[in-house]
Amino acid sequence: MFAINGQSTNGSTAAPNSPRTGGEVVCDAMLAEGVDVIFGMPGGASLPFYDSLYVYQDRIRHVLIRHEQAAGFAANGYARASGKVGVATSTSGPGATNMVTCMANDMMDSVGVVYITGQVARPAIGSDAFQEADVTGISIPITKHSYLVMDVDDLPRVMQEAFHLASTGRPGPVHVDIPKDIFLETTTEVAPAQVSLRGYRPAKAGNAKMVRRAAEVINAAERPVIMAGHGIDISGAADELLQLATRGNIPVVSTLHGVGTFPESHPLSFGMLGMHGLAYANFAMRQTDCIIGLGTRFDDRAVGKADEFGPGAKIIHIDIDPAEIGKVLETEVPIVGDLRLTLQRLLPLIEARDRSPWLDQMNGWRRDHPSLKIPDSPDSVLPQEVVRAIYDISGGEARVIADVGQNQMWAAQHYWYERPRMFFSAGGLGPMGYALPAAMGVKLADESQDVWCVTGDGGLLINIQEFNTLAAEGINVKVAVLNNGHLGMIRQWQEFFYEGRYMGSFLDNPDFAKVGQAFGLRGVGANSRDEMHDAIAMAHEYDGPVVLDLHVDRVENVYPMIVPGTGVNSVIEDPR
Amino acid sequence: MNEPQTHTLVATVADHPGVLSRVASLFRRRGFNIASLAVGHSEEPGYSRMTIAVEGSAAEVKQCEKQLYKLVQVVSVRNLTGAPAVMRELAMIKVRVSASERPGLAEVTDIFRGEIVDVSKTSMIVQMTGAQSKINRFLDVITEYPIEEISRTGVIAIARDQVDPRNGRARG
Repeated sequence: MFAINGQSTNGSTAAPNSPRTGGEVVCDAMLAEGVDVIFGMPGGASLPFYDSLYVYQDRIRHVLIRHEQAAGFAANGYARASGKVGVATSTSGPGATNMVTCMANDMMDSVGVVYITGQVARPAIGSDAFQEADVTGISIPITKHSYLVMDVDDLPRVMQEAFHLASTGRPGPVHVDIPKDIFLETTTEVAPAQVSLRGYRPAKAGNAKMVRRAAEVINAAERPVIMAGHGIDISGAADELLQLATRGNIPVVSTLHGVGTFPESHPLSFGMLGMHGLAYANFAMRQTDCIIGLGTRFDDRAVGKADEFGPGAKIIHIDIDPAEIGKVLETEVPIVGDLRLTLQRLLPLIEARDRSPWLDQMNGWRRDHPSLKIPDSPDSVLPQEVVRAIYDISGGEARVIADVGQNQMWAAQHYWYERPRMFFSAGGLGPMGYALPAAMGVKLADESQDVWCVTGDGGLLINIQEFNTLAAEGINVKVAVLNNGHLGMIRQWQEFFYEGRYMGSFLDNPDFAKVGQAFGLRGVGANSRDEMHDAIAMAHEYDGPVVLDLHVDRVENVYPMIVPGTGVNSVIEDPR
Repeated sequence: MNEPQTHTLVATVADHPGVLSRVASLFRRRGFNIASLAVGHSEEPGYSRMTIAVEGSAAEVKQCEKQLYKLVQVVSVRNLTGAPAVMRELAMIKVRVSASERPGLAEVTDIFRGEIVDVSKTSMIVQMTGAQSKINRFLDVITEYPIEEISRTGVIAIARDQVDPRNGRARG
C-alpha cells in the first residue's frame, strides 16, 4: 500500500519507516493476508501482542477459545473453508504445547495455519523461566517451517514468509515463536516487496513431456479410474477434474479429503474408497488398468495393502509434493506440479472415449453391493439416518464437519457432497475433538453457510469446553452428537478383531443437552426416530447454536470395512 | 539397485540456527540411518555445506533426498554416490604404544601416508586423511595395538568437474 524505495510494503498500514511495535507488525501482516478472524487465548508472554490486538479489534476479530487446542482446530477449519491462511495464537509454554496436536494435524492434512506463540523474553530464554518451553524445538517435525524471532527487525520479513509458506505449494502449518520483549520493541523495517526463499520453489505446471505421456497412458486405458484427493480442492481444480472425467468417460473415486471435489450425484462418481470406502469404489481399484492419482498421497487408509492396490494398473500420479511421488506406490508416470495448471495442460490431450463396458461393470458392482443402503432398525435410530436427515433438511447445502471415528465415516458416506469445501474432517492425524472447534472456524469463514458439526460422544467431550465459545461469541453451529455411549470405532475393532473383549470403550456420558443448556446453548435430546427428526428440524430453523444429543444404536458398525493390512478381497460388507 | 548401501549426500543449507536440528530430526523421524554427518561453512557466506552419509536402498535414499529438499532451509541436495567425486575423511587415532613399539606403528602410518601428530610416553596420536575405506583398512592393520580413542570427522565430499566433450566446458 505504501511505497518504500518504489516497492510495495505488502499491504502494511504503517507509513513508510514509521516505527511499529512487534505486535503491530504481526497485526499488519495478518491484515495484508486478508485474515479477519483469529483464534486464541492470551497469557503472560503474549500480553503485549494482545495490547496490539486491542488496537486492531475493529479490523481483526479475536475469538477467545477455552483451550488452545481449539484455537488450532478452529484456525484449521477457517483456513479450509475460506482458502485463506488460518491464525491461532497462544502464550508461551503450556499455551503453545496445547497447540502441538493442531500443528501435527495441519501437517498431515496440508492445511495452511500460522501459529503465533508468545515466548519468554529473550534474556530469560534458556533459563527455565516460568512458562518457558522450547516450543520451536518441539514443533520442528510437525510444521512446514518455524521461526524463533530474536530481532524485531526480522519480524516483518518473517511474518511475510510465514504466510507465504503456509499458503503456497503444499500448504502446511508455520510456527512463529515471538519473545515477549520483541512484541514490545519497535522497528522501522518493512517486509520486502517479494518473498525470497532460495530453498523453496513450489512447482507450477507439470512437465509437458510427462503430461503427454500421461495422456497416452490414459487414452490407451480400457479401465481407468481417477482417484481424487485433497489436492483438487487445494489447487482449485474441481472444474478441471470434472472435464477430465466427462471427456474421457473416466469414473472417479475420492479419498476422504477428496470427498466433494467431484459431484457425488454425478453418474461417474463412485464415492469414497479405502478402509471404510464403498465396496464398488474399492472393487474398481482391483480391476482398473490405470490409476490417475490426483493430489493424493496414497495414504494407508485409502490404499490398504500397497501391493494389492491396483495390481497390474499403470499409475499416473500428479502432486505438488515430489516427496509423495513414489513414496507408497511405484509410479509409471510421475508428475510434480500444481494440479489445476497441470490438468489444464493435460485436458486438450485427452481423447473422448466410450468406456461403457468398464462403466457397466462398475455400475454392476454398485447395484450388487449397495454400500449406502441403511438397514431397517425398528428398535433404535441408526447413526446413518441422522446424517441422511441432515442431508435431507439442508438439501445438501450445509457444510459438515465430522469428528474422528465412526461418526466421521458415516458423515463421509451418507451425505452427498456436490462441491469442494462442504465436508471437513481430520483425516491424517485423526485427532478426536477436532469437529467442534473446527466447525467454529468453518462458520466464521462464511457465516452465510449452514454449518453442522457431526461428532461422536467421545470426541465431543475432548473439546466440549468450546460450547462456551459458541455461546459467548454467538457462533451459529449445529452440533449433532451421534451418541452411542461408546468410543464406537474402538468398540467395533474390539468386536471384530479382539473377540469382543471390550476394554476402555464404554462411555458413561453426561446429558449433553443439559450440558449445552448450562453453557447457554439450546440443547435437545432425542431417543426415538421422530424425536431425532424433530430435533434436526428445530436446529435447522433455529437461528443460533444448538446441541442435539441424539441417542443412536449403541453397537452399530461402520460398513463396508477392509480388514487392516489386507487388500480389497477381504472386504466386510453389511451382513443385513 | 535396491540393495542397501551407503550413499553420500551433499546439501547446501542456509546457515540459520536450528538447521542442524531440522536435518537430524528429519532423519530420525523418517527412520533414515545416518552413518556420518559433517557440516561446515561453504564458499558462500550465509550457507553451510553438509555431507551426510546415509545407509539405505536407492529408493529409500531417493525419498530421503526429497524429504531433505522439502526443508525450507535446504537449498540443494546432491547424491554423489557413484558420481565422480572426491570423498575424504579425517580420523585421529590415539594408540597405546611403548617406546619399542613406536617404529612399527610409525612405519604403518607412513605406508598409509598418515601423520603422527603427538607422542607421549605411552601413546601416539595418528592423523589419517583419505577415503573412508583407507582409514578403515588402516584400522584393520593396526589391530595389534590397543586403541585408546578414535575421533572421525565423517566423510566430506565434493563433485569433480568433468569436461563436456561437446563444448570443452567444465560441468559439475
